[in-house]
Amino acid sequence: MTFLPLIPATLLVAALATLPLYADGYCLSLSLSLLNYTVLATAWAMFSGPTRYVSLATVAFFGIGAYSVAVLGEVLPWPLVLLIAAAVGGAVALLVGLSTLRLSGVYFVVFTFGLAELIRQLVTWYEVNVTRALGRYVFVDVTQAQIYWQMLALATLVFLTGWLVGRSRLGFALRIIGDDETVAPHVGIDITIVKVALFALSAVFMTLAGAIMAPRWTYIDPAIAFNPMVSFQVLIMALLGGAGRLYGPLLGVIPLTLLFEFLIARFPNHFSIILGLVFLVIVYLVPNGVAGLTARRAAR
Amino acid sequence: MTRLLEISGLTRRFGGLVAVDGLSFGVAQGEIVGLLGPNGSGKTTALNLVSGALKPDAGTIMLDGRPIAGLRPDRIARLGLARTFQLVRVLGSMTCAENVVAGLAFRRPVLWGEAAARRAGALLDRVGLGGRGAMPADALTYIDQKRLELARGLALSPRILLLDEWLAGLNPSELQEGIALIRSLRAEGTTIVMVEHVMDAIRSLCDRCVVMNAGALIAEGPPAAVLADPAVISAYLGGDDA
Repeated sequence: MTFLPLIPATLLVAALATLPLYADGYCLSLSLSLLNYTVLATAWAMFSGPTRYVSLATVAFFGIGAYSVAVLGEVLPWPLVLLIAAAVGGAVALLVGLSTLRLSGVYFVVFTFGLAELIRQLVTWYEVNVTRALGRYVFVDVTQAQIYWQMLALATLVFLTGWLVGRSRLGFALRIIGDDETVAPHVGIDITIVKVALFALSAVFMTLAGAIMAPRWTYIDPAIAFNPMVSFQVLIMALLGGAGRLYGPLLGVIPLTLLFEFLIARFPNHFSIILGLVFLVIVYLVPNGVAGLTARRAAR
Repeated sequence: MTRLLEISGLTRRFGGLVAVDGLSFGVAQGEIVGLLGPNGSGKTTALNLVSGALKPDAGTIMLDGRPIAGLRPDRIARLGLARTFQLVRVLGSMTCAENVVAGLAFRRPVLWGEAAARRAGALLDRVGLGGRGAMPADALTYIDQKRLELARGLALSPRILLLDEWLAGLNPSELQEGIALIRSLRAEGTTIVMVEHVMDAIRSLCDRCVVMNAGALIAEGPPAAVLADPAVISAYLGGDDA
């Protein structure tokens, strides 16, 4: 066990932290987007990478985070809001995990997609019938630079957690489950607890990302906060980068965030079509992700 | 004196089919018991019931005086029962050493880190895979994957080891190595239940055999006597009425 990779990582984080001091608004906003997707894709891969359980519930947790801020942001101190958001996201993940992680393969995929839609519809129903206003304004006194620093801290935390999990018995158990779910219990692994724990841990990070990003929008409604496109984008970023390694998703996040940014600016009306094509090309050409490609090159 | 493993009245149905039908037998400490029977007689189902992969509809299983019938497989594994699989199952994305560490890291007491790596090395030596710890498990030949699976089972320090056709599919020289390996386990006092079709292995390894047909026990005793039993012969080859 070596702590050597921590040195360049610390330097990188320190360098990134100085960005708001000289970057302009657009550059900062793009960097924020990159950090957001880095957190989401890395958190996604923390659970889905080793287990190969493809989750489309990313935006469910992201949206829970955003709505926690929309509801509580003006009433409670900020750290407490984040804490509550994380707790709600974690609790929902535990509940969902305990009831669904027996499902495997395509059933799990469909369930997680359904879950995100269900939560969106529930929130919509509540807003329309109880609060009688579909949207909410998010008034939290925070600058873009402060959002950026929080996101950078969260990204650092995700990597640190992923690194520690990867070295722990918990992470090892998850890899065994991913390799052969029949063998895992026969070597003494309680597969339900392991899967639910990692699913909840990854959900907490997604929820926090949603909470930290919420003030940036000033206005949110269920269609924005629970936009299913986010789940698909996170999935394809993690797949392009390679979900089998901690740094893998990052290799997908950077090119694809930039590409999506470019596509939305240049082809706003054809964005979805082009996105679909990008998905096809990635799954067809790099099934193991960029990280997998480079590893295979190195092995040769 | 109670035996290490005591099975009584074990029953499991799949819809209308009774795969295991009131099976009762025991295994004493240090014994190697062969579980025989024609294809479809319920041997693998019986192993799955004992190891917790399936839950019995009726019957009791006692491991060293503790009831284990219906427990989850991870609980049973931690109580000291290890198994191999009929179709060999190694963890293909991992190295051989990691495959063995998988057997060390979740048992009681837990072995992890440096200590686990050292013990895994010793276990790989034990099954004849010495020095191949860093090799990817899916690059091994069939017999070596079987050895690796055995090392993972031994890693649990089991009180009892279930081998499901561990010797099947080996060529004659590999078979001799395999038999020698199991014999050396017995010399160390390991208690083994083996489902097997290879008669040479059964004759040379087993202290006692239990023969199943259509889910039920039809004969029990020393290998030579059991294999000469008319009921066993007719179960395998078909009797006069067949």
